Formats: sequence, C-alpha cells, structure tokens
Amino acid sequence: MTRPGASPATVARSGRAGGVSAPSTRGALSLVRTVQDGLAIAWRNLIALRRVPRLLIFSTIQPLVFVLMFRYVFGGVVQPALHGVDYVDFLIPGIFVQTAVFGAMNTAIGLATDMDTGLMERFRSLPMARSAVLVGRTTADLARNVFVVALMAAVGFAIGFRIHAGVPAFLGAIVLVLAFGFAMSWIFAVVGMAVGDPETAQAAAFPVLAPLVFASSAFVPVATMPGWLQAFAEHQPVSRNADAVRALVLGGPTATDVWQALAWDVAIVAVFAPIGVWLYRREP
Amino acid sequence: MNEAIDVEDLGKRFGAVTALESVDFRVAAGTVFGLLGPNGAGKSTAIRILTTIARPTAGRAFVLGHDVVRDAATVRSMIGLAGQYAAVDKNLTGRENLRLIGRLTHIRRSRVRARAAELLERFDLAEAGDRPARTYSGGMRRRLDVAAALVPDPPVLFLDEPTTGLDPQSRNALWEMIRGLVADGTTVLLTTQYLEEADQLAERVVVIDRGRVIADDTPAALKARLGNTVIELDLEEAGRGEWAAQLVSARFSTRADVEGSRLRLTSHDGSRPLLDILRLLDAHGLVPGAVAVHESSLDDVFLELTGRRANAAPESARTSPDES
Repeated sequence: MTRPGASPATVARSGRAGGVSAPSTRGALSLVRTVQDGLAIAWRNLIALRRVPRLLIFSTIQPLVFVLMFRYVFGGVVQPALHGVDYVDFLIPGIFVQTAVFGAMNTAIGLATDMDTGLMERFRSLPMARSAVLVGRTTADLARNVFVVALMAAVGFAIGFRIHAGVPAFLGAIVLVLAFGFAMSWIFAVVGMAVGDPETAQAAAFPVLAPLVFASSAFVPVATMPGWLQAFAEHQPVSRNADAVRALVLGGPTATDVWQALAWDVAIVAVFAPIGVWLYRREP
Repeated sequence: MNEAIDVEDLGKRFGAVTALESVDFRVAAGTVFGLLGPNGAGKSTAIRILTTIARPTAGRAFVLGHDVVRDAATVRSMIGLAGQYAAVDKNLTGRENLRLIGRLTHIRRSRVRARAAELLERFDLAEAGDRPARTYSGGMRRRLDVAAALVPDPPVLFLDEPTTGLDPQSRNALWEMIRGLVADGTTVLLTTQYLEEADQLAERVVVIDRGRVIADDTPAALKARLGNTVIELDLEEAGRGEWAAQLVSARFSTRADVEGSRLRLTSHDGSRPLLDILRLLDAHGLVPGAVAVHESSLDDVFLELTGRRANAAPESARTSPDES
C-alpha cells in the first residue's frame, strides 16, 4: 500500500541517478528481468570458478579416480556379466552420469556458502528476481558440467572407450547427461538452502548421493543385485539416465530409455525448483 | 515533516524469544537516524524487517510510504543495505562486485560502468579495484560493502554497524561520506554500538534495549536530560566508594552511582560542584586517588537508562538469533 504523504519524495529521488527503477508488473518485462538477473548471478559464479581453479580441479579428480578404479580394478569382475559388451563402453556412460550427479553437490555447497557469508542477505534486499540466486547457481553448475563431462569423454577415449551409434547420438547422450546434472542441481539447491552452511551441506549431500549412484546401473548391471534392491535400482533416476546414455552410445533401441530419463529430469525440476525458491523467499 | 521511514508498533518473535516489542519511530527524510543498543538488543532485527529480509510478527513499517511487507518489491528498489559482516563476493574484484549489484538493481550497463568507477574512486579503492576482494583488508572490504549499497544511488540507506572493526581513520572517512550523502538528500538509518558515532552523525536517536525503545530523542536532549557534565572520583576502596556516595547523596541533589571504588555523578552546572564535593569528602577524611571530569556522552546516557554499559556483554549470552 502507498501512503500519500511520502510519494513526492520518492518521485523526486528516484529520478536522480536514473538508477532506481520502479518494479514492473508487466509479465514480459519481468520475465526478461528474471533471465537477466539469473545470468548476472551465473556470471558471478563462473568468475569464482575461473579465479579459484581448485573448485574445478577437485570436481575432476574424483571422477578420474572412479574411471581408473572401475576400469582397471573392478572391470575384470564385471566383464563376464555384460554378455559381450566391453566394460569400458559400459562404464563411461555411467561415469558421465555419476559425474553430473556428484557435481550437483557443488550447487548445495555454493548456495550454503552464500548464506554463510551474508551475501544472500544482500541479495534478498535487492530488487532482483526471487529465483535468480538459484537459477544463476544451477546455470553456472551446468556450465561447469560441460567442461567436466568433456574432460571425462577425453579420458574415456584415451582408455579405450568407443562410440557405436554415431556422433549425433553421442552428442544427444551428452545433452542428456547435462540435463540430468541440471535437474540434480535443483535437488541440491534445496539441500543447500535448507542447511545453510557449507560443511553441513557437504555432509548432508553424501547420504543422498551414495545410494542413488551405487545402487544403480551406472557401474554394474543391476541383474546381479538382490531382488528387493533391483526393484529400486532399476527404476531410480540415475539408472534410467545411465541406461538412456548407454543406449545412445552403444546403439539399439533408445526411445523408451530417453523419454524416461527426460521425464525424471522434468519431474525433479518441477518439484524441487519451487521448493528451492520458497526456501529463498522464506526468511532465514 | 517528510518521513522516509515510519515504524508503527513493530514486533518480532522467534518462537518464545521476543526480539522486538512495540517499537515505534519515525525518520525524517534527509537526516541521519541512529538506532542504538547493545548486542542482541534487536537493532539488526529492525534493519532486517525494514529491508524486507525478515517479516514482522506484529505492527507495520513503511519506507518512503511503502509497506515493507505488502509492497516489498517497491521498497527493495529504494533502499541500500550495508551489513554487519562485509557481504561482498570475495572471489570477484571490487569493480566486479559493484557491477554485479548494478546489474541486479537494473541500472543501464553504460551507467553501471561509470558508477562503479566513481564509487571505487570515492572509497579510495580505485587502485585495488581490479584485485579480488579476497585480497582486501577488513577495512577495504567494509568500504566496498558500503560502496555496493550505494550503487543504485538509493534514497534510503541502511547501515548495520558500518564502522565495527574499522580503524579510526577509516571510521572518520566513512563519517565524512555519510555526511556528504545526507547533504545530497539521502536518508540514513544506522545502527551502532558506538555511542560516539550516533553523537557525531545522528540528528535523532532511538535507544533500544531487549527489543524495546527506551529513549527517542536528539543526542543533545538526551545528554541534557542527564546533565552535561560527568564527574568521576576513584576512592580506591569499595567500602569508601559506598560511604562517599552516601555522603554526597545526602548533601547534594544529584544522584551518585557507585561502581566498586568509583563514584560517578552528573552535573548540570559544569565542574562547579566538584569543589564542594571534594571539601565534603575531605572533611570526612576521604581523598580520591583520581578525579575525572568530562562532557557526558551517549555512553553515559546508556548507562543511566539501562544501568549497564553499552559495550558490556549482555547478561544472557544472546537474546535474539539475529546478531552474530
């Protein structure tokens, strides 16, 4: 509500710098603003990545260790269960998905750090879109994933991974991996906003991640798991995405796997993005 | 009078803890207003409500006529906030920090560039402007924080303990800057534990203690109410301090407070009563080891109002979760 007495001062002052602008109620303009605000935050997060390279280095070392460990330590054990597919071709699509999932942890840590340092308080007092801090963070993490997944592909090719269904399908697989990473970022955005400090965010993230990544088809075929676990492992999003990516890389029918994977992505964002924004709006 | 901020019967509870209760005050446009109180008094809670970060559980507040709850988006476009802990992105350079705020407050790009350069210059950060804020000293980070609040040239500026931890030189520079802003028409609400700061800057102060307003006046009137001069005598032994206080209170109209061996009196008549007091004490064989006479400060006012010093640690560790 506006009280009459004070408005002249408002008008006189807001013209001064040409800077303070009235909020728009028009949808189109506010959508443009929302995108601009999100990009501004993404830009800021990517600068941090460039300036503190260890953030990037740590998120590449871990999947690298996994590639080498699974390829050369467990690979021999898994090979007979694969019925003719090379383990390295089975593994690398799983590694892509696992990399995207683990990378999403950075979303939680980044947001929790912003809360911890007080930066989030400042953002809350600015006339920016209420979704921008979260959109900016998940977008920056998507950009980081592009780099990490590309690197993992290079490593994969170096240790014998080959694509069997052509380059367009392989690029489709990469897009699928990135979409899944983006969706997972929204889950971890909620984790980060809920816990509010980086150490707790990291500690809280792992118990969510471990069952999703290991009780899945990312590294081994689910057929060798006990029945009760198979039921979960077969249908959970990491497996659906790993299978879809694998189908696009190895060849064979892809439509069902790809649609299921995309359905998971959409469902995750549809549920977690509103919760994340609600947590941001909610007073700390 | 044109009001920039209007707070009506404001209350804030966190579960069972009451951080603010029935707080009322008004801030005239184009003035500096001081919100004073010890740690945990509720100052930051009040600022967070006025800057739309927190919601009141009772009462209403208006910034330039706009309700901070119902019209939060409009309020956000009219305010600047510099927090207690310097909230800048340490990985960005000073210039990038300012440009980020410029983009998020929707200033034209060409204007953002000029504004960032101008503020870096004004806050003596021009040379460090292209270094990551991580490399800044505490004082530099604090200055950058205030500069960030000023990027959109907001008509109302909130400064939450802006000089905490600053060296005297930086503090004076910030005071000068605040005076300059107000001369240009900005309204400034600042919270502080340093009563001298409010004394130096504020036209009007509200003192809050445990979430309630305990004084609302000009610094001069508050000091006059108490007496312009404070006389302190040290009798060097607790027992003697007590005795001296009884003697002085019986003979003179002024009240005498004792803190251990120290006796503290206020005077409306400068240091004139000091001679009479010394003669009285001398007659009873009491000779103070130290005597001090000074102009009463808001520190003395706070002590008078609450019975505690403003900088003393609060009795219960923290009364509200907002001030860290």
